Amino acid sequence: MATAMNGGDGAVATPRLELRGISKKFPGVLANDRVSLSVAPGEIHALLGENGAGKSTLVKMIYGVLHPDAGEMFWHGEPVTVPDPHTARKLGIGLIFQHFSLFEAMTVLENIALGVDDATDMKSLAQRVRDVSRAYGLPLDPHREVHTLSVGERQRIEIVRCLLQSPQLLIMDEPTSVLTPQEVERLFETLRQLSKEGVSILYISHKLEEIKALCDRATILRGGRVVAECDPEKETAKSMAQMMIGAELRTLSRRAPRGESREARLKVKGLNLEADHAFGVSLKDIGFAVAPGEIFGIAGVAGNGQTELFEALTGERIAAMPHDVTIDGKPAGRLGAAARRRLGMCSVPEERNGHAAVPEMTLVENFVLSGYRRMKLLRRGFLRADAAAELAGRVVEKFNVKTPGTGASAGSLSGGNLQKYIVGREIVQEPGVLVVSQPTWGVDAGAATAIHQALFTLAEKGTAVVVISQDLDELLTLSDRLAVINLGTLSRSMVTAEASIDEIGLLMGGLHGMTEHQPAHGRKGGAHVA
Amino acid sequence: MLPRIERRRELDHRMFYLSPVLAVALTIVTGFLLFLAMGYDPLQGVFHFFVSPLLSGYGLAELGLKAGPLILIGVGLALGFRANVWNIGAEGQLTMGAVAGGGIALALWGVDGFWVLPLMCLAGILGGMAYAAIPAFLKARFDVNEILTSLMLTYVATLFLSMLVYGPWRDPMGFNFPQSRMFTESAILPVVLAGTRLHLGVIVALLVAVTGWVLMTRTIIGFQIRVVGQAPAAAAFAGFSRTRMIWLTLMTSGGLAGLAGLFEVAGPIGQLIPVITPGYGFTAIIVAFLGRLNPLGIIPAGLIMALSYIGGENAQVEVGTPQAMTGVFQGMLLFFLLASDFLVRYRIRLQAPGTPAAARAEAPAE
Amino acid sequence: MSSEFAFVLTLVTVISAATPLLLAALGELVTERSGVLNLGVEGMMLAGAVSGFAVTVSTGSVALGVLAAALAGMLMAFVFGVLTLSLMANQVATGLALTIFGIGLSSLIGAGFVGIPVTPLPKLHIPVISSLPVVGPLLFSHDALIYLSIALTVGVAWFLKRTRWGMVLRAVGESDESAHSIGYNVIAVRYLAVVFGGFASGLAGAFLSLSYTPMWIEHMTAGRGWIALALVVFSSWRPLRLLFGAYLFGGVTILQLYAQGAGIGVPAQIMSMLPYVATIIVLTVIAAGPWRARLDAPACLGKPFRPAT
Repeated sequence: MATAMNGGDGAVATPRLELRGISKKFPGVLANDRVSLSVAPGEIHALLGENGAGKSTLVKMIYGVLHPDAGEMFWHGEPVTVPDPHTARKLGIGLIFQHFSLFEAMTVLENIALGVDDATDMKSLAQRVRDVSRAYGLPLDPHREVHTLSVGERQRIEIVRCLLQSPQLLIMDEPTSVLTPQEVERLFETLRQLSKEGVSILYISHKLEEIKALCDRATILRGGRVVAECDPEKETAKSMAQMMIGAELRTLSRRAPRGESREARLKVKGLNLEADHAFGVSLKDIGFAVAPGEIFGIAGVAGNGQTELFEALTGERIAAMPHDVTIDGKPAGRLGAAARRRLGMCSVPEERNGHAAVPEMTLVENFVLSGYRRMKLLRRGFLRADAAAELAGRVVEKFNVKTPGTGASAGSLSGGNLQKYIVGREIVQEPGVLVVSQPTWGVDAGAATAIHQALFTLAEKGTAVVVISQDLDELLTLSDRLAVINLGTLSRSMVTAEASIDEIGLLMGGLHGMTEHQPAHGRKGGAHVA
Repeated sequence: MLPRIERRRELDHRMFYLSPVLAVALTIVTGFLLFLAMGYDPLQGVFHFFVSPLLSGYGLAELGLKAGPLILIGVGLALGFRANVWNIGAEGQLTMGAVAGGGIALALWGVDGFWVLPLMCLAGILGGMAYAAIPAFLKARFDVNEILTSLMLTYVATLFLSMLVYGPWRDPMGFNFPQSRMFTESAILPVVLAGTRLHLGVIVALLVAVTGWVLMTRTIIGFQIRVVGQAPAAAAFAGFSRTRMIWLTLMTSGGLAGLAGLFEVAGPIGQLIPVITPGYGFTAIIVAFLGRLNPLGIIPAGLIMALSYIGGENAQVEVGTPQAMTGVFQGMLLFFLLASDFLVRYRIRLQAPGTPAAARAEAPAE
Repeated sequence: MSSEFAFVLTLVTVISAATPLLLAALGELVTERSGVLNLGVEGMMLAGAVSGFAVTVSTGSVALGVLAAALAGMLMAFVFGVLTLSLMANQVATGLALTIFGIGLSSLIGAGFVGIPVTPLPKLHIPVISSLPVVGPLLFSHDALIYLSIALTVGVAWFLKRTRWGMVLRAVGESDESAHSIGYNVIAVRYLAVVFGGFASGLAGAFLSLSYTPMWIEHMTAGRGWIALALVVFSSWRPLRLLFGAYLFGGVTILQLYAQGAGIGVPAQIMSMLPYVATIIVLTVIAAGPWRARLDAPACLGKPFRPAT
């Protein structure tokens, strides 16, 4: 059994994996530019970089999902090409995707069988699944259908699927972004155990505290290039953040917390909503209130009713009673999205393409989408094209959206720029209440800071802001008060400054399906760079 | 160097309008080869199919006569297709429009009055709408697939018309032929070009196309139709009602198809017979796509598809090609159009992928 | 005894009326399970019907005819595959195009074959067993395509549920992205599923022109391709339920013919509407009913997919 690598000591005979000069181009973007890195046996190697730095592209090439335009890959010192994932798995490479590669309507066992190339007999496979999940403390019922499982349990399927093939290199793409703090700690234990057994781990993340806690070495990517290699233990989170972003981070100008004395602008009371499809979550007796100038955070692991809550707040789904949702004192529970907008509620859905914006339409048309009523863009049913264009231009300018013009289609913008445009579009409408879901999901640090700043500024002007986010760090940064949603129920709300991470973690559901396990220690403090 | 296929960041707008032209050109070339393979003189075949109908005044009038209903129906269908509402039962709605309007003509047989024809038109529109209301209700209320229901209803409508003209509406003096009495004067559409069969319907079709264009590009209703079709979730976010769009587009397309049906029986046919169109309701689907689902584009598209009917008949007379050539050409044209549209979304690059250094300059700064 | 005989004879005709629906729907079921919606069933059936008929008449071999029908259906399906899978064309529009083209092409090819008689598919007679009362005519005196349709149904059910490749097919229809990222060739799987759909539709057409009718009539499918599409929804994408649905519809067709024959005082056209109206009613009941069968639809049905490379 190989001994674990000691951090920083790169002088090992043959690396398990070595990349030399890997390049990959997509239309209009150079995703990877002559990337080189090596991973030793038993090493936990971090691949660090912000959203859009090219991390996912790189690991997809290692795994054979994508193919490099240039460069070489060596496996135990031998040059190899990986035409497809089957070859990667045969070599001993396993990949756990950021967006799980699972099949909702199929069983756990079928999902595993699909990713295991030598699986012929389902009975013996089921036994192997049970063996592996026991050995690594990853409980799984092979015969459950995936859509009935929590996010943490789904990740376990992916991990077990990889472990069944006794991999020598395990690649994990942003594995913790959807887990509770306790689940993160449990995952790290598994990874350390694997490392001790000699498995190399390539760990992709932009969370710096995690990398410090777990990894032996780190390669930092920026704009598709390797900009540094370092020993995370010897660095501070701040120094790594600077290497990752390439500049000093702008610090947010925090405002003084607002008192709750004034009349709440948004009130939700006794809100119940049945799930509208088989995989949905029903909301149960949701209640909270948001005062003018206040930012209210809703934390929780994905799939616990956030989507339904967003729809119930914005009127995409209508509540049972008028007083379930009140906007500036007016009952809005029975009103649809358009009518609630008239009362002063604006919103930013989580999904940019297809929900917040129509990808094929221009930025001007996308302004009309949510702004035509509040900004009076109609004259007797006809659209005022000039006025819409002017407003779209104002958003582009004010929120520093990089685009060839307001005639560009929304789908042609990068994630960060489109998100700035969408948030800006709602802000220029001067809402009384703004409901935002995952405001910085998949957005680079610069855009994230700009969006956070814009939300602060808006709140200062007296808007009541609701932020629904799975990123606990983001909520700790933004919100004055927060509550946790779990299985469609909202916890009591707490003042952010006084909240304990352990408690929030437990409210988030702690360790899903891990009842035989003691809750692990929470992580230390809200680790975030912005 | 292998050709690389790349997705375009923006749709190629020039290619979007060139693609139908390319499709027509490819259809003509394939037609040439098809005539050759079937042992006809290909030059004669292509000439009589695509060119000679355009060389006489009468041919042009016939072109307008057949393009009229295709444009009327095509505009209605295009609104629906834009909203992702797939009414493919226009043929049935056309039939029911003809039945309703024709029924008025028969009921008012011999009655003289300027109001007879407008009343028939109204009945035609309402007949088509009522028939389209069935798939609309089923889709809006139960989410039943409108493609299947509207198509099934087409078979039902044809049988219904057949039942009428074989039964209660049969002309008592008609030697037992399955047809109604000929409509009387006040129930016949006025001809707009003396000496031809070109009637008022073609002018109505053009007006409808222009109105449709204004609706789609300038009004909030058109905007809502487009959003509901392209991104249903975004429509929900904006507060646009999908149910309303289902009703609106199916009522519009049904009404226009019904009107087209009435125009056929009150125009060139002049009575109710078991088969009133050579499949205009289905051909209009091709017209809508060929016209890029744009009501103005549907005008030339309607003319081209009208040419395929007249050309087919013409080539049959002049060269002896089978009548079924028309259907083959129509199907081929739609295939070629759908294939050419690949170039609107994708580009094919023959050169090597750019070197990293060169490409760097193209990469958008974040 | 004679009423029993009539009853058996009716059941035999029901089986016969159900078989083209079963074959075509089974092919479409496999296609849809892979995530592709091919609305061109009617066109592929017509291509099969006319090719099967033309080849049988020209060569005198009904076996060659059936083979030609299957190939014609596969060729049509392949064209659909090229357009939707390689050229990313809209599946609904392409399916409609396939139907329009199939109607045109079949009447072009079939123009010379209208009114010509053909030797139909032979019934397979097994000595002794086929002459047993009731069971004999009911179970052991059909032509090969009827047996094939049932064998194919059972085979598809087994394939989807029990084999690894069946599992891969379902996975591709469930999530193309996931299947691609763990290394399956989504496009290749879908091509195979689409071409199988053409194969089965071609056979369905051959059954119409070589056994059920048997002769060539323009547009002789008369909407059966569309009814087959509805049956796939009815079956909630399960082969054995499809078998039940197809026989149910076969029954409706025969009922309608018998009622017309009996002259029950309703215009023939009203009775002829029955299968179409029944289809609409069935679709509505399924959509509105408590089973919510549509939840079983493959998640990627009708969505285009193009992998990055």
